[in-house]
Amino acid sequence: MSSPSEMIGPSDMNGPNEKRPARLVLGPVLFHWDADRLRDFYHRIADEAPVDSVHLGEVVCAKRLPFFADHLDAVADRLRRAGKEVVLSTLALVMNAQERAVVREAAARDNTLVEANDASALAALRGRPHAVGPFVNVYNERALAFLARHSARRVCFSPELGRDALAVLAPEARAHGMEPEVLVYGRMPLALSARCYHARAEGLAKDGCRFVCGQDPDGRALTTMDGTPFLSVNGIQTLSHACLNLLDELAELRALSIDRFRLSPQSVDMVAVARLYRAVLDGTMAPDEATARLGALDGLDAPFANGYMHGAAGALWTEADRAGLQAEGEGDPLCAEG
Amino acid sequence: MTASPDTAPLELVCPAGTPAALRTAVDAGAHSVYVGFRDETNARNFPGLNFSRAELEAALAYAHGRGARVLLAINTFARAGATELWTRAVDDAVALGVDALIIADLGIADYAARHHPHARLHLSVQASASSPEAIAYYVEAFGIRRVVLPRVLTLPEIAALNRGLAEAGIACETEVFVFGGLCVMAEGRCHLSSYATGKSPNRDGVCSPASHVTYEEEEGGAMVSRLGGFTINRFSPGETAGYPTLCKGRFRLGGRDPAYVFEEPVSLNALPLLPELARAGVRALKIEGRQRGRAYIRRVVSDFRRAVDRLDLAERAGGTQAPGQELTHMSEGQAETAGAYRKVWR
Repeated sequence: MSSPSEMIGPSDMNGPNEKRPARLVLGPVLFHWDADRLRDFYHRIADEAPVDSVHLGEVVCAKRLPFFADHLDAVADRLRRAGKEVVLSTLALVMNAQERAVVREAAARDNTLVEANDASALAALRGRPHAVGPFVNVYNERALAFLARHSARRVCFSPELGRDALAVLAPEARAHGMEPEVLVYGRMPLALSARCYHARAEGLAKDGCRFVCGQDPDGRALTTMDGTPFLSVNGIQTLSHACLNLLDELAELRALSIDRFRLSPQSVDMVAVARLYRAVLDGTMAPDEATARLGALDGLDAPFANGYMHGAAGALWTEADRAGLQAEGEGDPLCAEG
Repeated sequence: MTASPDTAPLELVCPAGTPAALRTAVDAGAHSVYVGFRDETNARNFPGLNFSRAELEAALAYAHGRGARVLLAINTFARAGATELWTRAVDDAVALGVDALIIADLGIADYAARHHPHARLHLSVQASASSPEAIAYYVEAFGIRRVVLPRVLTLPEIAALNRGLAEAGIACETEVFVFGGLCVMAEGRCHLSSYATGKSPNRDGVCSPASHVTYEEEEGGAMVSRLGGFTINRFSPGETAGYPTLCKGRFRLGGRDPAYVFEEPVSLNALPLLPELARAGVRALKIEGRQRGRAYIRRVVSDFRRAVDRLDLAERAGGTQAPGQELTHMSEGQAETAGAYRKVWR
């Protein structure tokens, strides 16, 4: 069993002139998939998906944790045997005794790289190599430097950050010996609340929720009163309705010294998603072609968006790069179907 | 007799978006007033609000001359490559002699702690520190003296949190929101506004900005409010058309009839909970609303000050007297809620 420091040790820290390999990362499953489905999902990822790292762990709701607890170690072993790095993600919102205990236990795993998603996890992981997840606000180089001093070795930035911020942050992260990572696929995490909106919609209390969030493998569709799809509700979490697609921006992100790209699991064929991103990273498929194929996959009925990357509203889909146009700041929020 | 921190009356922390509002708040009995500079370093970066350096200097003189404190909110997240705007705000506020800085960003807190080790730092609600471990982290890293608690915690959780801090020997006061606008999402971790408009509380200091709001009257008289092109609410003729704050909108969830999925257009009023908040170990009470006018500030601040003083008197006499039920007409026609403080809210 390798230690976290070995997992993200000098082999990944190549010199500036040496081309680092692009890594695909499977983020934590944010939705409440039942245990058998999750186990089968990870077995297939282990066997077939061209991803380098896989995040396990519950990020959204501590109440879901017991369902998969018995499978966690076996799944982690299977992924490792398949050559994948396993990262354990922690809860994004930590308030009560149970949630605090979950974070403490996760942080105490000394044979696994742990990703902090709130300040209590940052506290528990301080002083040993760890990752910082997209639920921690790292908006500038000063925050990066601070986290680096506390032994953070990897940072996955919030999807809200666009190319202007990443152009500053990615090289800064490198200068501190940290690996910058960017979310490039999936519904974007937008908000967290103490209130469970799945339970609320069913007239249930959070404590007696009957795990109704399990009915919606990609979250429950929230539309405006005039029927425009807008957001997706996942227990205490709110996500975008649109699916982030940064296939077209991968080359630009690579040029910013970013080489870790996170795919957030949805109920589509994630092996196929990973293969499409891999093909674009490897230069064997054009981004246009990959986007067309991504849009043709069954399962997730959502348009694509990439607005945040271009400094615009996150819901927008712009093909500014190819058209040589500025991203639209306003206008029809859903101007293209994915 | 000098009151020890444990027996000192609750500190009332009041908003001021303008120098006039600050004077009003001080005159109405605010123990402390919080303000921001006129730029995106603060989370109420609205046109016509906030303070220049000279205005802050005058405000400090006014407040200090009347025994009140002034706290400066630098509570957005500094822009990559442009953190000077935020660090200069820290330097200037310290030089002018503010009583505390309210900070959210790890990098800016780090700057303030290193460059101004004697400055009193409060952790903004935008930092979303919701457990003793999270608070301890900020206290140990930056010497934070007070944390403004996220509006996601129940009263028992706040009590447990204060006990946890005390047991761990962490000397950090807690401050809670008691009146005004209610974020239903964990503060500092909500991107709903930027998803629809490109403008966010974290980066720009604005949520659901007016620049992206439109109202359209339909045939038949219904009024539709939109944010960034997305319909946030639709009001029948005669219904009051409220501002389209995204999380207070009406939506269809899972194809059902339109409903306030996240939260009704309610406003927080924890006035009846003051005795319980005091017993939970809370040190300071915060009133939301730097965008509010002077009449509102005067009324809310004076009512809360009376309640705090009455509670203090009652506790010194050995009992707890429930505060009065004033203010119910100050919420602009909105219903009121005790928010997350009551567990049923969840």
